[in-house]
Amino acid sequence: MNERPREAALEPADRAIINALQGGFPVCDRPYLEVAQRLGMSEEELLSRLQRLLDERVLTRFGPMFQVERMGGAFVLAALKVPEADYERVAEIVNGFAEVAHNYRREHALNMWFVLATESPAGIANATAAIEAATGLTVFAFPKEREYFVEMKLHAD
Amino acid sequence: MQTDDLDRRLIVATQGGMPLVPRPYDALAEQLGIAAAEVQARLAAMLESGLIRRIGAVPNHYALGYRHNGMTVWDVADERIDELGEKVGALPFVTHCYRRPRHLPDWPYNLFAMVHCKSRAEADQRVAEIAALLGSACRAHDVLYSSRILKKTGLRIAG
Repeated sequence: MNERPREAALEPADRAIINALQGGFPVCDRPYLEVAQRLGMSEEELLSRLQRLLDERVLTRFGPMFQVERMGGAFVLAALKVPEADYERVAEIVNGFAEVAHNYRREHALNMWFVLATESPAGIANATAAIEAATGLTVFAFPKEREYFVEMKLHAD
Repeated sequence: MQTDDLDRRLIVATQGGMPLVPRPYDALAEQLGIAAAEVQARLAAMLESGLIRRIGAVPNHYALGYRHNGMTVWDVADERIDELGEKVGALPFVTHCYRRPRHLPDWPYNLFAMVHCKSRAEADQRVAEIAALLGSACRAHDVLYSSRILKKTGLRIAG
Protein backbone atom coordinates (compact mmCIF):
# COMPACT_ATOMS: atom_id res chain seq x y z
CA MET A 1 0.00 0.00 0.00
CA ASN A 2 1.37 3.38 -0.98
CA GLU A 3 -1.36 5.91 -0.52
CA ARG A 4 0.14 9.12 -1.67
CA PRO A 5 -2.38 9.96 -4.33
CA ARG A 6 -2.37 13.02 -6.52
CA GLU A 7 -4.53 15.87 -5.32
CA ALA A 8 -8.07 14.80 -6.14
CA ALA A 9 -10.23 16.79 -8.56
CA LEU A 10 -13.02 17.85 -6.24
CA GLU A 11 -16.23 19.64 -7.08
CA PRO A 12 -17.42 22.43 -4.77
CA ALA A 13 -20.08 20.08 -3.37
CA ASP A 14 -17.38 17.52 -2.45
CA ARG A 15 -15.35 20.17 -0.67
CA ALA A 16 -18.40 21.34 1.23
CA ILE A 17 -19.05 17.76 2.35
CA ILE A 18 -15.45 17.16 3.42
CA ASN A 19 -15.37 20.38 5.42
CA ALA A 20 -18.78 19.82 7.01
CA LEU A 21 -18.18 16.20 7.95
CA GLN A 22 -14.93 16.91 9.77
CA GLY A 23 -17.07 18.63 12.39
CA GLY A 24 -19.76 16.94 14.40
CA PHE A 25 -22.14 14.48 12.75
CA PRO A 26 -25.57 14.54 14.35
CA VAL A 27 -27.04 11.70 16.37
CA CYS A 28 -30.68 11.67 15.21
CA ASP A 29 -32.96 9.52 13.03
CA ARG A 30 -31.88 11.01 9.68
CA PRO A 31 -28.42 12.51 10.26
CA TYR A 32 -27.45 12.56 6.57
CA LEU A 33 -30.66 14.43 5.76
CA GLU A 34 -29.84 17.01 8.42
CA VAL A 35 -26.31 17.55 7.02
CA ALA A 36 -27.60 17.57 3.43
CA GLN A 37 -30.17 20.26 4.24
CA ARG A 38 -27.46 22.37 5.82
CA LEU A 39 -25.38 22.01 2.64
CA GLY A 40 -28.32 22.63 0.32
CA MET A 41 -28.30 19.24 -1.37
CA SER A 42 -30.44 16.14 -1.24
CA GLU A 43 -29.78 13.31 1.18
CA GLU A 44 -29.30 11.02 -1.81
CA GLU A 45 -26.65 13.27 -3.34
CA LEU A 46 -24.78 13.53 -0.02
CA LEU A 47 -24.74 9.75 0.39
CA SER A 48 -23.60 9.07 -3.16
CA ARG A 49 -20.85 11.71 -3.04
CA LEU A 50 -19.71 10.44 0.36
CA GLN A 51 -19.57 6.89 -0.96
CA ARG A 52 -17.45 8.03 -3.90
CA LEU A 53 -15.07 10.06 -1.70
CA LEU A 54 -14.53 6.92 0.41
CA ASP A 55 -14.20 4.62 -2.63
CA GLU A 56 -11.60 6.96 -4.15
CA ARG A 57 -9.80 7.20 -0.80
CA VAL A 58 -10.11 10.98 -0.66
CA LEU A 59 -11.58 10.15 2.74
CA THR A 60 -9.95 7.22 4.49
CA ARG A 61 -12.78 6.80 6.96
CA PHE A 62 -16.12 8.19 8.08
CA GLY A 63 -17.31 7.25 11.54
CA PRO A 64 -16.72 7.71 15.26
CA MET A 65 -13.19 8.62 16.41
CA PHE A 66 -12.61 6.66 19.56
CA GLN A 67 -10.35 7.73 22.39
CA VAL A 68 -9.64 4.27 23.74
CA GLU A 69 -7.91 5.77 26.78
CA ARG A 70 -11.41 6.64 28.01
CA MET A 71 -12.26 2.95 28.23
CA GLY A 72 -8.96 1.80 29.69
CA GLY A 73 -7.15 1.34 26.40
CA ALA A 74 -4.11 3.06 25.00
CA PHE A 75 -2.69 4.74 21.91
CA VAL A 76 1.08 4.81 21.62
CA LEU A 77 3.27 6.34 18.92
CA ALA A 78 6.21 4.10 18.09
CA ALA A 79 9.10 4.08 15.64
CA LEU A 80 11.60 1.73 14.05
CA LYS A 81 14.97 2.20 12.37
CA VAL A 82 14.44 -0.01 9.35
CA PRO A 83 17.33 -0.91 7.04
CA GLU A 84 16.40 0.33 3.53
CA ALA A 85 16.89 -3.08 1.92
CA ASP A 86 14.40 -4.55 4.36
CA TYR A 87 11.82 -1.78 4.29
CA GLU A 88 9.03 -3.44 2.33
CA ARG A 89 9.25 -6.67 4.29
CA VAL A 90 9.14 -4.85 7.63
CA ALA A 91 6.25 -2.62 6.48
CA GLU A 92 4.26 -5.70 5.59
CA ILE A 93 4.94 -7.29 8.98
CA VAL A 94 4.07 -4.14 10.94
CA ASN A 95 0.93 -3.40 8.90
CA GLY A 96 -0.20 -6.97 9.49
CA PHE A 97 -0.79 -6.24 13.17
CA ALA A 98 -4.41 -5.22 13.83
CA GLU A 99 -3.09 -3.06 16.70
CA VAL A 100 -1.32 -0.82 14.17
CA ALA A 101 -3.88 1.92 13.47
CA HIS A 102 -1.70 3.82 11.04
CA ASN A 103 1.84 3.76 9.79
CA TYR A 104 3.90 6.37 7.94
CA ARG A 105 7.29 6.40 6.34
CA ARG A 106 9.21 9.46 7.51
CA GLU A 107 12.61 10.68 6.36
CA HIS A 108 14.92 10.13 9.34
CA ALA A 109 17.09 7.35 10.79
CA LEU A 110 13.86 6.40 12.59
CA ASN A 111 12.08 5.91 9.28
CA MET A 112 8.89 4.03 10.19
CA TRP A 113 6.38 5.66 12.56
CA PHE A 114 3.20 3.93 13.59
CA VAL A 115 0.46 4.23 16.16
CA LEU A 116 -0.55 1.26 18.28
CA ALA A 117 -4.14 1.32 19.54
CA THR A 118 -5.27 -1.36 21.96
CA GLU A 119 -8.08 -1.99 24.39
CA SER A 120 -5.73 -2.25 27.37
CA PRO A 121 -2.28 -0.92 28.32
CA ALA A 122 -1.05 -4.53 28.40
CA GLY A 123 -2.04 -4.79 24.73
CA ILE A 124 0.60 -2.17 23.87
CA ALA A 125 3.37 -4.11 25.61
CA ASN A 126 2.26 -7.33 23.93
CA ALA A 127 2.10 -5.76 20.48
CA THR A 128 5.48 -4.08 20.97
CA ALA A 129 7.09 -7.36 21.98
CA ALA A 130 5.46 -9.19 19.07
CA ILE A 131 6.64 -6.56 16.56
CA GLU A 132 10.18 -6.74 17.95
CA ALA A 133 10.14 -10.53 17.68
CA ALA A 134 8.72 -10.50 14.14
CA THR A 135 11.03 -7.79 12.76
CA GLY A 136 14.17 -8.29 14.85
CA LEU A 137 14.22 -4.51 15.39
CA THR A 138 13.96 -2.39 18.53
CA VAL A 139 10.67 -0.53 18.92
CA PHE A 140 11.12 3.02 20.19
CA ALA A 141 7.94 3.85 22.11
CA PHE A 142 6.73 7.42 22.48
CA PRO A 143 3.69 7.30 24.75
CA LYS A 144 2.08 10.69 25.16
CA GLU A 145 2.94 12.19 28.52
CA ARG A 146 0.72 15.17 27.98
CA GLU A 147 -1.68 16.27 25.27
CA TYR A 148 -1.57 20.00 24.59
CA PHE A 149 -3.86 20.08 21.58
CA VAL A 150 -5.59 17.77 19.11
CA GLU A 151 -7.95 18.98 16.42
CA MET A 152 -7.32 17.26 13.14
CA LYS A 153 -9.20 19.20 10.52
CA LEU A 154 -7.88 19.82 7.03
CA HIS A 155 -9.73 22.39 4.99
CA ALA A 156 -10.59 21.36 1.44
CA ASP A 157 -10.23 24.47 -0.72
CA MET B 1 -16.21 5.86 31.17
CA GLN B 2 -17.64 2.52 32.30
CA THR B 3 -18.39 0.50 29.22
CA ASP B 4 -20.27 -2.74 28.94
CA ASP B 5 -20.46 -5.49 26.36
CA LEU B 6 -23.03 -3.62 24.29
CA ASP B 7 -20.81 -0.53 24.09
CA ARG B 8 -17.99 -2.76 22.95
CA ARG B 9 -20.15 -4.33 20.25
CA LEU B 10 -21.17 -0.86 19.12
CA ILE B 11 -17.49 0.13 18.84
CA VAL B 12 -16.71 -3.01 16.83
CA ALA B 13 -19.71 -2.32 14.56
CA THR B 14 -18.70 1.29 13.83
CA GLN B 15 -14.89 1.29 13.91
CA GLY B 16 -14.78 0.46 10.18
CA GLY B 17 -17.14 3.34 9.43
CA MET B 18 -20.71 4.52 9.64
CA PRO B 19 -23.33 2.83 7.46
CA LEU B 20 -24.02 4.96 4.38
CA VAL B 21 -27.79 4.65 4.46
CA PRO B 22 -30.46 7.26 5.31
CA ARG B 23 -31.03 5.77 8.77
CA PRO B 24 -27.55 4.66 9.86
CA TYR B 25 -28.41 4.26 13.54
CA ASP B 26 -31.39 2.06 12.66
CA ALA B 27 -29.07 -0.08 10.53
CA LEU B 28 -26.67 -0.48 13.45
CA ALA B 29 -29.56 -1.29 15.78
CA GLU B 30 -30.75 -4.01 13.44
CA GLN B 31 -27.24 -5.42 13.17
CA LEU B 32 -26.87 -5.51 16.97
CA GLY B 33 -30.43 -6.63 17.67
CA ILE B 34 -31.33 -3.65 19.85
CA ALA B 35 -33.62 -0.62 19.60
CA ALA B 36 -32.55 2.34 17.44
CA ALA B 37 -33.11 4.69 20.37
CA GLU B 38 -30.62 2.65 22.39
CA VAL B 39 -27.94 3.06 19.70
CA GLN B 40 -28.47 6.82 19.63
CA ALA B 41 -28.46 7.05 23.43
CA ARG B 42 -25.25 5.01 23.72
CA LEU B 43 -23.44 7.03 21.05
CA ALA B 44 -24.61 10.30 22.62
CA ALA B 45 -23.26 9.10 26.00
CA MET B 46 -19.92 8.16 24.43
CA LEU B 47 -19.67 11.60 22.80
CA GLU B 48 -20.54 13.22 26.11
CA SER B 49 -17.85 11.27 27.98
CA GLY B 50 -15.19 11.78 25.30
CA LEU B 51 -14.88 8.08 24.52
CA ILE B 52 -15.91 9.26 21.06
CA ARG B 53 -14.06 12.46 20.24
CA ARG B 54 -16.45 13.14 17.36
CA ILE B 55 -18.21 11.35 14.56
CA GLY B 56 -16.54 12.57 11.42
CA ALA B 57 -14.60 12.15 8.22
CA VAL B 58 -10.86 11.50 8.02
CA PRO B 59 -9.39 12.88 4.81
CA ASN B 60 -6.30 11.60 3.06
CA HIS B 61 -3.97 14.59 3.41
CA TYR B 62 -2.44 14.11 0.00
CA ALA B 63 -5.79 13.96 -1.78
CA LEU B 64 -6.62 17.42 -0.40
CA GLY B 65 -3.30 18.80 -1.58
CA TYR B 66 -1.54 18.73 1.79
CA ARG B 67 1.66 17.14 0.52
CA HIS B 68 4.07 18.48 3.16
CA ASN B 69 3.08 16.79 6.40
CA GLY B 70 5.75 17.37 8.97
CA MET B 71 6.14 15.96 12.44
CA THR B 72 8.12 18.80 14.01
CA VAL B 73 10.07 17.70 17.08
CA TRP B 74 11.77 19.90 19.65
CA ASP B 75 14.15 19.48 22.56
CA VAL B 76 12.58 21.86 25.08
CA ALA B 77 13.85 22.56 28.59
CA ASP B 78 11.85 20.39 31.00
CA GLU B 79 10.95 23.28 33.28
CA ARG B 80 9.31 25.18 30.44
CA ILE B 81 7.81 22.48 28.28
CA ASP B 82 4.24 22.54 29.62
CA GLU B 83 3.92 26.30 29.36
CA LEU B 84 5.41 26.29 25.85
CA GLY B 85 3.60 23.14 24.74
CA GLU B 86 0.27 24.86 25.42
CA LYS B 87 1.38 27.83 23.33
CA VAL B 88 2.59 25.71 20.42
CA GLY B 89 -0.66 23.69 20.57
CA ALA B 90 -2.63 26.93 20.38
CA LEU B 91 -1.00 27.94 17.07
CA PRO B 92 -3.78 27.78 14.47
CA PHE B 93 -1.85 25.56 12.07
CA VAL B 94 -0.79 22.88 14.60
CA THR B 95 -3.15 19.88 14.47
CA HIS B 96 -1.63 17.71 17.21
CA CYS B 97 0.76 18.69 19.98
CA TYR B 98 2.12 16.38 22.65
CA ARG B 99 4.87 15.95 25.22
CA ARG B 100 6.58 12.59 24.74
CA PRO B 101 9.66 10.93 26.27
CA ARG B 102 13.18 11.41 24.92
CA HIS B 103 15.26 8.37 23.95
CA LEU B 104 18.83 9.50 24.53
CA PRO B 105 21.18 9.45 22.74
CA ASP B 106 19.13 8.64 19.61
CA TRP B 107 16.29 11.00 20.24
CA PRO B 108 16.62 14.20 22.30
CA TYR B 109 13.17 15.62 21.44
CA ASN B 110 10.30 15.86 23.92
CA LEU B 111 7.77 18.12 22.16
CA PHE B 112 5.95 16.91 19.04
CA ALA B 113 3.78 19.19 16.87
CA MET B 114 2.22 18.17 13.56
CA VAL B 115 1.88 20.63 10.68
CA HIS B 116 0.15 19.95 7.34
CA CYS B 117 1.03 22.26 4.45
CA LYS B 118 0.53 22.57 0.71
CA SER B 119 4.07 23.71 -0.07
CA ARG B 120 7.51 23.23 1.40
CA ALA B 121 7.88 27.01 1.72
CA GLU B 122 4.72 27.17 3.84
CA ALA B 123 6.00 24.32 6.02
CA ASP B 124 9.36 26.04 6.50
CA GLN B 125 7.51 29.19 7.53
CA ARG B 126 5.46 27.26 10.09
CA VAL B 127 8.58 25.63 11.54
CA ALA B 128 10.19 29.07 11.83
CA GLU B 129 7.13 30.36 13.70
CA ILE B 130 7.32 27.52 16.21
CA ALA B 131 11.08 28.06 16.62
CA ALA B 132 10.51 31.75 17.29
CA LEU B 133 7.89 30.95 19.91
CA LEU B 134 10.15 28.46 21.72
CA GLY B 135 13.18 30.76 21.57
CA SER B 136 16.09 29.88 23.82
CA ALA B 137 14.11 27.20 25.69
CA CYS B 138 14.64 24.96 22.65
CA ARG B 139 18.06 23.37 22.24
CA ALA B 140 17.52 21.48 18.97
CA HIS B 141 14.78 20.52 16.57
CA ASP B 142 14.07 18.43 13.51
CA VAL B 143 11.19 17.97 11.05
CA LEU B 144 10.26 14.49 9.88
CA TYR B 145 8.18 14.68 6.71
CA SER B 146 6.00 11.75 5.81
CA SER B 147 6.86 10.35 2.40
CA ARG B 148 4.41 7.45 2.31
CA ILE B 149 1.24 6.42 4.07
CA LEU B 150 1.90 2.75 4.78
CA LYS B 151 -1.38 2.15 6.62
CA LYS B 152 -4.31 4.28 7.76
CA THR B 153 -7.20 2.32 9.16
CA GLY B 154 -7.68 3.67 12.67
CA LEU B 155 -8.58 1.68 15.76
CA ARG B 156 -9.51 -1.98 15.24
CA ILE B 157 -10.48 -3.92 18.33
CA ALA B 158 -11.26 -7.60 17.93
CA GLY B 159 -14.90 -8.39 17.20
